[in-house]
Amino acid sequence: MHGFANPARFLRIARWLMPLCMGAGIFIALAALGWGLLFAPAERLQGETVRIVYLHVPSAWLGMAGWSGIAIASFTQLVWRHPLAGIAARACAVPGAVFTAICLVTGSLWGRPAWGTWWVWDGRLTSMLVLLFLYFGWIALAQASEASDGADSKAPAIFGLVGAINIPIIHYSVIWWNSQHQPPSITTGGSAMSGAFLWPLLIAMLGFTLLFAGVVLARMRAILAQQQAEARLRRKALAQGN
Amino acid sequence: MREALDPWTFVMAAYAIGVGGTALMVGWSLITMKRAEKRRDEARKR
Repeated sequence: MHGFANPARFLRIARWLMPLCMGAGIFIALAALGWGLLFAPAERLQGETVRIVYLHVPSAWLGMAGWSGIAIASFTQLVWRHPLAGIAARACAVPGAVFTAICLVTGSLWGRPAWGTWWVWDGRLTSMLVLLFLYFGWIALAQASEASDGADSKAPAIFGLVGAINIPIIHYSVIWWNSQHQPPSITTGGSAMSGAFLWPLLIAMLGFTLLFAGVVLARMRAILAQQQAEARLRRKALAQGN
Repeated sequence: MREALDPWTFVMAAYAIGVGGTALMVGWSLITMKRAEKRRDEARKR
């Protein structure tokens, strides 16, 4: 892993990997959404509204994956002082927050016809809303601490690790508490879904995950370029001052 | 009494928000990356 600690080496890889992930992600995600919208069958009880699953589940997965990425990068930053770890954490934050927001909005749009309500304060929905607020707090803290302590500030890393406690709470909320939300349909032990729904869902998850990886790599390139430009301008200003 | 809701209204709204939000995020990430790399290259040339 330390082999990739060199930003120059990372940039060499990211230059070809980012467009590849983004292009493949857009193609696969659109194909899966088209399949889900036009060719997948309606569900016996929920009817046509089940088609929202092809957006809702991938965005829920990526909302949680984004914070897991922040937590892993934060741990790496604190323990090994990996120079790219803080940048990776910052790069995960905005896409993670966007997918969490999409999950909440699409879930609400699914809830209205399926449950008869836009929102209920049950464990799953509330813990997902808490995740969105954690993202907002993390982004604000990362910006504030970068302005005062520089890019290697430890405060967002500690917040990233502490906030990770919410991830298992989201996952197990439908098991621990009596919830309006259904229990998990896909587990490591198998799937309760029919193949007609499962395949377009798995392909949508693959497509959106590649897209997420492409956005994270683009954000990392942007943050690195910003830091390099600022460092160069600072050096020049110092040299002119002397 | 059961409400008569058109399910396609909810499905299309979810797809518009999901796809639109993702497209905005992808566009924003590419534009900020291009701008930051252009600024770095200009700083190197100065």
